[in-house]
Amino acid sequence: MRLGLVIDLDVCVGCHACAIACKEWNASGTTGPLSDYQPYGAEPSGVWFNRIRHYEMDEYPNNKTVNFPMSCNHCEDAECVTVCPTGASYKRAEDGIVLVDQDKCMGCNYCSWACPYGARELDRSSGTMKKCTLCVDRIYDMELPVEERQPSCVLTCPAHARMFGDFDDPDSAVSRTVRERGGFGLMPELNYNPTNQYLPPRSKPVIPIEAHPRGGLKESIKQFANKLVRR
Amino acid sequence: MHPAFSVIFFTVASGAGFGLFSLLFIADVFKLGGGFEREQLIIGGLMAMALVVFGLLSSTFHLANPKNAWRAFSRFRTSWLSREGVFAVLFMPLALVYLASIWFDAPLWLRETSGFLTAVLAWITVFSTGMIYACLKTIRQWNTPLVPANYLALGYASGSLLLLLGAVVSGLDTTPYIAMSALILSIAAVLKAIYYFWISSPGLGPTINTATGLTRAKVKLLDTGHTHGTFLTQEFGFQIARQKAGLLKIVVFVLGFALPGLMLVWVFNQQGGQVAAIVAVITGIVGAAVERWLFFAEARHVVNLYHGAQRC
Ligand code: SF4
Ligand code: SF4
Repeated sequence: MRLGLVIDLDVCVGCHACAIACKEWNASGTTGPLSDYQPYGAEPSGVWFNRIRHYEMDEYPNNKTVNFPMSCNHCEDAECVTVCPTGASYKRAEDGIVLVDQDKCMGCNYCSWACPYGARELDRSSGTMKKCTLCVDRIYDMELPVEERQPSCVLTCPAHARMFGDFDDPDSAVSRTVRERGGFGLMPELNYNPTNQYLPPRSKPVIPIEAHPRGGLKESIKQFANKLVRR
Repeated sequence: MHPAFSVIFFTVASGAGFGLFSLLFIADVFKLGGGFEREQLIIGGLMAMALVVFGLLSSTFHLANPKNAWRAFSRFRTSWLSREGVFAVLFMPLALVYLASIWFDAPLWLRETSGFLTAVLAWITVFSTGMIYACLKTIRQWNTPLVPANYLALGYASGSLLLLLGAVVSGLDTTPYIAMSALILSIAAVLKAIYYFWISSPGLGPTINTATGLTRAKVKLLDTGHTHGTFLTQEFGFQIARQKAGLLKIVVFVLGFALPGLMLVWVFNQQGGQVAAIVAVITGIVGAAVERWLFFAEARHVVNLYHGAQRC
């Protein structure tokens, strides 16, 4: 199995609900807590597994706002695991999920240097590295109804911009969607082979920018008369 | 990258220590300038080891969870950070065997074999330190073979200046030590110049377009999505103005290479002997520390692309 996410950049509305749901679930999950620093102070900051950034593509009138959620890509060639000196970072053989063993991590930050996607954040209060677990403590939970055995972010997204599934299965919904919509991984040139795939924004026809020519008084009267009189 | 003081101190001190120890071995084998006395070799060797130990200890200060530091020896097969630790720790007993065989007048083969192995291990350890940075594909300024080469050259340059000071204090013929320092300093200076030249052109790295996969048009950041700084901005957001970096490069060359080189001439001309050698050591090591600071400050991690940089 190769579990991961599909994120639809055409659909995401940038509401940050996935990040909030992620924080809510994982704060009490296997790698919790996710510490906050000065949550109500002047400089609020803290640990998040999922962050949403906002970009603008192209120039007016072809411009488009792209909301961009990012979390761990559970890379096939995860250098973050290779460089970890303690063995705290590991990639599970059975489903490809990349995790950090909180009991082994020494907080050297080295893995975060190796990650191109900014997916790893050090928790200052525990002194250990934290990252997206793909809700490993939820997707296998037999106590939950089948449809809820998905990562929190996927379940919560109000726009249905996120999908979860197995990329090793060519007939899974995620594999099919990626094929049909031309999904891509980020920064392919670094060869990390990220599992998560992004669906590109669809091209839409440009909304014409020339103002509709408005006639003078004579034209208006003519239009008004045309509305009244049926020929 | 955010320059962490403990890491700067660690790499400069341990580099100088490893350099000093291996050059001390060479000086001992070839009896350079008449050769050091037994006690002098021991003191020099212990000083080199102390530099290494202080460096290693200071490197643990930047760990957020040092109680697990012992586990860092476990991923020897994949991680350069782990390898560096293993080699540095292996170095200690071997270095002690060498010093003991000097002290107890052990047979020559034991003295030379242990000394040679220690010197090789010192070389490998400094190489590993460089590889910790050079193996990261995420930082263009580090992902080059010039990085381990620079770490070795600068470590050995600092070591050779320390050894020269030892030779001056011990009253040896300083000519071979001056020649050795001059050679290593010039190699280090040339390598550093090539490095600065190399990183000055952007090359074919990732851009904001490949980072977002939006390759059909210009992409610009509208909002980072966070209210205040994050771990990512603290660790990777550090930026240095081009002008300031240029100025510091001049400082690196003046303090790290030119002044120590000038001092070599003074030592050679028997002017001020000890003082000149001490000045050479101090300026050389300060120069190396500035070089190390700049090495971090100029490194641009690709995660900055997500925070609006067009390229790194
Ligand atoms: S996204 Fe980063 S943390 Fe996640 S597997 Fe890839 S390199 Fe590792
Ligand atoms: S911070 Fe922890 S998980 Fe990351 S490389 Fe260091 S020991 Fe490994």
